[in-house]
Amino acid sequence: MSVLVYTESENGKFKKGALEVASYAKAVASQMGTSVTAVAFNASNASELSNYGINKVLNITNTDEFNAKIYANALKQAAEKEDAKVVVVSSSADAKYLAPLLAVGLNAGYASNVIEAPSSTVPFTVKRTAFTNKAFNFTEINTDVKIVGVSSNSFGLVESSGNATVEDFSPSLTTSNTKVQSVDKATDKVSIADADIVVSGGRGLKGPENWGMVEELAEVLGAATACSKPVSDLGWRPHSEHVGQTGKPVASNLYIAIGISGAIQHLAGVNASKVKVVINTDPEAPFFKAADYGVVGDAFEVVPQLIEKLKEFKAQNA
Amino acid sequence: MKILVCISHVPDTTSKINFTEGDTKFDTNGVQFVINPNDEFGLTRAMWFKEKQGASVDVVNVGGPETEPTLRKALAIGADSAIRVNTEATDGFAVAKQLAKVVQDGGYDLVIAGRESIDYNGGMVPGMLAALTDANFVNNCISLEVDESNATATREIDGGKETVTTSLPLIIGGQKGLVEESDLRIPNMRGIMMARKKPLNVVDPVDANAETTAVKFEKPAPKGAVKLVSPDNLDELVNLLHNEAKVI
Repeated sequence: MSVLVYTESENGKFKKGALEVASYAKAVASQMGTSVTAVAFNASNASELSNYGINKVLNITNTDEFNAKIYANALKQAAEKEDAKVVVVSSSADAKYLAPLLAVGLNAGYASNVIEAPSSTVPFTVKRTAFTNKAFNFTEINTDVKIVGVSSNSFGLVESSGNATVEDFSPSLTTSNTKVQSVDKATDKVSIADADIVVSGGRGLKGPENWGMVEELAEVLGAATACSKPVSDLGWRPHSEHVGQTGKPVASNLYIAIGISGAIQHLAGVNASKVKVVINTDPEAPFFKAADYGVVGDAFEVVPQLIEKLKEFKAQNA
Repeated sequence: MKILVCISHVPDTTSKINFTEGDTKFDTNGVQFVINPNDEFGLTRAMWFKEKQGASVDVVNVGGPETEPTLRKALAIGADSAIRVNTEATDGFAVAKQLAKVVQDGGYDLVIAGRESIDYNGGMVPGMLAALTDANFVNNCISLEVDESNATATREIDGGKETVTTSLPLIIGGQKGLVEESDLRIPNMRGIMMARKKPLNVVDPVDANAETTAVKFEKPAPKGAVKLVSPDNLDELVNLLHNEAKVI
């Protein structure tokens, strides 16, 4: 028996989310009194996982780019080899793509968007978000093998020594008719999914030409940029930046909303962020009720000043 | 091309969420139900296939009779016929097994489902359906073209997008981008009248155990009051974010 965790990497390096799910898997293994095996694809420093309590790493090097079907099948073979009873995955786009395929392959119940270590292992019960962060639900997974999808930035990184042994693993690869033709990815920008800080703009910014200060604020903070639904519907910003109930969920440490009134659908999507700051001219904007810190003022005056203050702060704390 | 669009019957996005029976059941009292937004983008994309390339479009839902108005709305938007699998939608895996039977019986070439429902946010039905029916699968799909039996699809990835080629039969986990918000159709009177005469077939479920059980719900703890900072004193905001919230 073991706990298996899918640790994602990019250009050979583990993503932050991989270290978070490794930490989570270690917690589950401790509760169940068993060990943790990580499955990595083309990781160049697999032993780094030792710091997060991993006992063994299966490093798969006979595949190239991500393909959900091929990766899910490889993970299935790893789970069977390790007699895994729990498989832990992240909430990245790729992990959410392959987890349902893996669930069918292993005939496993799958709970996504899980935010805490299991509240009990018999029955296996996890707390997850539902109704787009308007509520939580406790879900029991009833199958012999269980898959847990952990929400980004919910469990955090927990270091513990694991003394991981690294093994090359070469599963027999299944075939897929789905082939990647092109990838369009901004390499110099932080993605909303990976960001610790998200700076988001709404209709209060009056037009796409005014996004310079949002981007500058994001740059100073090392943050991702996002927007409200009306802004993406108006075509001021790309859909990929739309956060909210029908857009992307945000679970950052800090979310700064500029000129966003805070419709219930928007609040649902950003609720999982730990600290929320609102800048809005209207003191009655509903977002103030959901925020931790607020500035009632004109974004066109407040944001440039805030950028200057933050630059000073960064200079002092560099 | 035979297209099936999977429709979830979900609370309207503006709904207040409450629970009953000792926080074990969603309280439907006073809640308006709608077509799951992620599914509605897919339905509209399916209508374009029908109008531009020729296709039949069926819609399906797994649920009790109370979900039929939502299916009728999909018919009013333009779907040709509807199927309701007559069982409670207990968990994603069970729903996927019911849908797999419908897909196999109907011989569909293309199945479009939303990437997730906005109620349980499981995000598993399209992928499980693909695995159960051994079809190709593209999740988080924001663009889709089909030419004969070949398809080109774009999916959203973290920080960008990826375009793939694949082939039918194909299952799509769709979202906004398949069509734009402004492309969504509001049923007109003629559509609503015609929808009444279109077939809505109720089929019996297959045996499928729920692999997961939602045992209890909880609402987030009420939020403390917001701390207001004067726009003339932004040093204080930086100070609070650094020393109190510890996020910068």
